[in-house]
Amino acid sequence: MTHGTFLKFIFPSLAAMLLFIALPIVSVVVQSLHVEHEQVLITTENCGPFGCTPSTTIDQEATQALRDAEPLGRFNGLGTYFNRSHLATTEIGIAWRASDSLGEFFGRVMNLPFYKALAFTLAYTFIVTPLVLILGLMIALAVNALPRIVKGPTIFFTLLPMIVTPLIGSLILFWMIDARGILGASLQNLFDDPNLSLKASPTLTWITLFVYGVWHSAPFAFIVFYAGLQTVSEETLEAAMIDGASRWQRVRHVTIPHLMPLVIFITLIQLMDNFRVFEPIVGFSAEANATSLSWIIFDDLRNEAGALFGSAAATSVLTIIGIAILLTPVVVRTWRDFNRKAV
Amino acid sequence: MSKMNTLIGASALALTAGMAFAEGHGCGIENGRISILSNDFPALRAVVERAQTCATDGIEFSANQTTEHKDIQVAALSANPSEYTAAVVANGSILPLLNEGLIRPLDDLIAEHGQSLSPTQMITIDGQVMAIAFMANAQHLFVRTDILEQAGVEIPTTYEEVIEASAAIEDAGIMDDPFAMNTQVGWNLAEEFVNMYLGYGGEFFEPGTANVAINNEAGIAALEMLRSLNEYADPDFLTFDSNATSALWESGEIAIATMWGSRGATILDEEGSTDEVTSATQLVGAPTVGGGERPASTLWWDGFTIASNISDEDAEATFIAMVNGIDPAVMDGNMDAAVWLIEGYQPGPAAEGVAATAQSSTAPYPMLPYMGLLHTALGNELADFMQGSESAEQALADTEAAYTTAAREQGYLQ
Repeated sequence: MTHGTFLKFIFPSLAAMLLFIALPIVSVVVQSLHVEHEQVLITTENCGPFGCTPSTTIDQEATQALRDAEPLGRFNGLGTYFNRSHLATTEIGIAWRASDSLGEFFGRVMNLPFYKALAFTLAYTFIVTPLVLILGLMIALAVNALPRIVKGPTIFFTLLPMIVTPLIGSLILFWMIDARGILGASLQNLFDDPNLSLKASPTLTWITLFVYGVWHSAPFAFIVFYAGLQTVSEETLEAAMIDGASRWQRVRHVTIPHLMPLVIFITLIQLMDNFRVFEPIVGFSAEANATSLSWIIFDDLRNEAGALFGSAAATSVLTIIGIAILLTPVVVRTWRDFNRKAV
Repeated sequence: MSKMNTLIGASALALTAGMAFAEGHGCGIENGRISILSNDFPALRAVVERAQTCATDGIEFSANQTTEHKDIQVAALSANPSEYTAAVVANGSILPLLNEGLIRPLDDLIAEHGQSLSPTQMITIDGQVMAIAFMANAQHLFVRTDILEQAGVEIPTTYEEVIEASAAIEDAGIMDDPFAMNTQVGWNLAEEFVNMYLGYGGEFFEPGTANVAINNEAGIAALEMLRSLNEYADPDFLTFDSNATSALWESGEIAIATMWGSRGATILDEEGSTDEVTSATQLVGAPTVGGGERPASTLWWDGFTIASNISDEDAEATFIAMVNGIDPAVMDGNMDAAVWLIEGYQPGPAAEGVAATAQSSTAPYPMLPYMGLLHTALGNELADFMQGSESAEQALADTEAAYTTAAREQGYLQ
């Protein structure tokens, strides 16, 4: 294909990517460099059904004049990135000087909203992703071994967790793990502890969220692996069998190497998805014990006093950077493989 | 045949026009656009339904009633012309609209069409009426008189007594976790702190400035009290919103609770609970705390506002329709649906708690432009303390720091 034809082919998707991915990211970056104008405050008297009180309001005209002069807001440079809600460089410096031990320093850092969210986000990503891979492969191998007649229905039911909307799925589980729900009550019986609550302790909340994450994403890995299993060469497997390889040895030395490109594909998708974990935190009302980067963005945009666009934009940019860092090793590996094959 | 059809069509048209006239003539508006954004609960549905009777042929009427109204109101009213001509708000949710100048002063409209309104309904800010209130709400105590009697305690009037009563119920082996309040992390938990802090006589800001000042004795006392209270609550208390606490109440699992007055009617009705629970449920005023005079609660109102970015004609039509919506007739059959701030309202048992709370000089929720920022900061930063993994001083210091960061970004602090 000549370069001209290639360009013509790719132009529509290139234009769409520019319009719907590149430009919004640029606008988010610009947004993150600005904060709102100074609000001109005046003291007034407010009255209502419960009496009058002296109060403070915003001088609309003066504030509007400032806004009209600079519609983007005040330029703040990287100020938002380094404030307490984000990288919190000043607070970390103070924490470092005030702490006697590393543990104490860590405790103080984990008290800052961004690092608290980052800790959960990373833990979620690195625990859920491998478990999804392993569980997905196990289900695929099991389903593949089933008699043809029950395969269809089994595949359908296995896919259900992925079909259910994440928010609804997490809400259903949230009610089931309630102390009065079927899972919560069974666990209390099992451990003989009437005060056992999956929602109250940070550790148990994290575990619940991990379990939910695996439950929700495993079907995705399963269906990809299952498709891959259909292409494993029967001849190689038979040859291995004749050589006396056990089932485990066949899986380990024939099937898994064959599925390796799919493992990389699922890892990439899962790293991206899990780094943006959001719905289960809302569904499980887990904000007390677990927050994620996406949840911070959501929270900034829903601030009672109006959306904090600059702050939300800065967290978004940091999330993009985070995903880029996470994906680098996988992408580099794929690129090397590609080059090796090309040569 | 076709002639016949035309005839039938014409008479049907005449009939609808006549009916519309009969419905709409009370409001006397012929054209304009009326579009209402509001929260979604029975009392507000009644108001919007009544406002809709003003919609004659020449009027374009629509309404969006959603619990997510707070999150769309600023964007919807910023458009020009704005998506909605009226927004039904409360003390807290009016602030973003005021801050952005998205609602108009109502003085002229009141002079012309607001004769039926009483001065206490008018929310005046900087000398101008910005909203018309028609409902009141407050958090107060719900008690189960039968359980209290069984445990041998009186109905509590202070939070210290609430703790004693809860302990008595637990000790008597009647219930494991007899107490509950709306302590879900976020808005609800922050609201409980605001109530308790005001009960201890605290001030949120240095007077006349946006500098927060809650890391003080009152703040620490309020937090300690919240934690002591929740030792008598179910361990899941940080996930309790209004729906969760009312469900607990209706299931008969708790005996003392701090809940919104607006839940009273649904709790006292026959649905969702047993006679044993509803017959012994009593709504009483919010308790005081720490020997303070003012109950540890805040008064809230619901009222309507009219958008700035619409034509005067639409504003007039909307105002007339909304005034009609809150006509005393709206209370027919809805008397118990809310604590109405409308003439002729007779409080029933479901309103006793709010009425008692309002009569004992409870403070209204502070209407300061930056209060919402503090509310959000409180909601996010207090959970660690409530779980016992942080000191009260640290939680309050974190809240102040989070507030200050947000207030700098929004331009309230330099």
